Amino acid sequence: MTPRSLRDGLLAAALALISVAGHAQNAAKPEPLKSGLEFTGPEVRELQRDDFANPGMLWITRGERLWQEPAGAAGKSCAGCHGEAKTSMQGVAARYPQFDAARARLINIEGRIRQCRESRQQAEPFKYESAELLGLTAYVGQQSRGMPVNVPIDAQTRRHFEAGRDLYYRRMGQMNLSCAQCHQDNWGKKLGPETISQGHSVAYPIYRLEWQTMGSLHRRFRSCQSGVRAELLPQGSPEFLDLELYLAWREGGLPIETPGVRR
Amino acid sequence: MKKTSRRRFFACLMAIAAWPTVRAYGQASTESVDAMVLMVTGGAKVQTGRVKLELPPFADNGNSVSLKVSVDSAMTAIDYVKSIHLYAARNPRPNVANFYLGPRAGRAQISTRVRLGGSQRVLALAALSDGSFWSATADVVVTLSACYDAT
Amino acid sequence: MTARIQVPASARRGEVIEIRIAIQHPMETGFRLDDSGRAAPKNVVNALVCRYNGVEVFRAEMGSGVAANPFLSFFTVADASGELVFDWVDDQGQTGSERAALTVTG
Repeated sequence: MTPRSLRDGLLAAALALISVAGHAQNAAKPEPLKSGLEFTGPEVRELQRDDFANPGMLWITRGERLWQEPAGAAGKSCAGCHGEAKTSMQGVAARYPQFDAARARLINIEGRIRQCRESRQQAEPFKYESAELLGLTAYVGQQSRGMPVNVPIDAQTRRHFEAGRDLYYRRMGQMNLSCAQCHQDNWGKKLGPETISQGHSVAYPIYRLEWQTMGSLHRRFRSCQSGVRAELLPQGSPEFLDLELYLAWREGGLPIETPGVRR
Repeated sequence: MKKTSRRRFFACLMAIAAWPTVRAYGQASTESVDAMVLMVTGGAKVQTGRVKLELPPFADNGNSVSLKVSVDSAMTAIDYVKSIHLYAARNPRPNVANFYLGPRAGRAQISTRVRLGGSQRVLALAALSDGSFWSATADVVVTLSACYDAT
Repeated sequence: MTARIQVPASARRGEVIEIRIAIQHPMETGFRLDDSGRAAPKNVVNALVCRYNGVEVFRAEMGSGVAANPFLSFFTVADASGELVFDWVDDQGQTGSERAALTVTG
């Protein structure tokens, strides 16, 4: 190693340390905010834009039917309590995740559907990544399409926001990478054939070509964790909910796109 | 089941005989595509033209690549496209799909989404009511994702 | 199997109309390994037929080269009011069906 490259290496290491230390205190938003759609090719954009060709619409059709279907011991349907999703669910996805005061924890759309299913319909809650849960989540999400994400951080959610931010900047896995190192510090740059996105959650659940199916935001988190060779956390875990809240704050103002399509 | 003509039978036999001769890298099953084409044409000449095959030059992901194929035809009761066949030589099963239409289609144009097992030349073959066969090809570069996904 | 079809509600006689269909189906190739390392058996929607007032106007034979959740668009001439019926079947013998009404004017 030449003295010059040694110096450069040390400098880079020192800068990395500083940037990690700095980030741990300051949550930052990408400037300007850009939807993940801006980092995909024209084919994916066209697929998302076309409400018939978008394969996610198949899941939405499923969700729309489930919305009307009575279920469980209570024999109630979602529509039985909430009426027309087009009005009652409008804007809901833009306000999630929320603080569930009764259980003193964060809850996302999937969690709320599972909770309704269990306590109101008295039925078995749908499993994460099931066609049913993805369908209903996407159907609810679609009712907020075009509405800006607005999840204010308050006294109740501050603790979760901070935990989510810390997770966002925490290096993990054999590659020792944090979310921020790709999606905050290096968005817009090339990684192989792809352009690194800002990593927003506004299009979820998404139809991902790589998965050949619809998937949840928590599955995407697990994809990233497997990408950096980290241990995968379970869908619906408190850590992922904290991260989901942090992302909702970080992307505040971006419009909901559900159902999104990504490569 | 249609009776196989003697001409078609011998054409298939010839195709099988010719199969293991050339095997270029990256074209794992080109020869079997030739055999499959022979099964459709029965040895009749395949002309280039009249068929338009549209695929993106760069596919984001080989799992789903949009494809549009159209054939220049009057689509009248006496002059129409009978069938369109799609082949992707580098796929483990090269015959992607076969579409059967007729004069009632009005327009010989089909869109779908296909899987491509790597960068390759895709072939579309059309059988017309006058017994002629026409084809077109399109080259697609399939890119891989940057990140490994075990989910 | 959830499916969606798109047919114009009405058309003029002789008009060439676009028909689109999407079917929720994994189009399992037979090459994909499951979590235990075993190949998931091939299962694709291998045949789809569209009949317009009982007459076949389009038929597709599909293999594992067709993408998951197959999507097809094709054309037909609107010649009389009636119904378009789609029927399909996968390798496991599971069938699906959808229909759409079409009003033809003039």
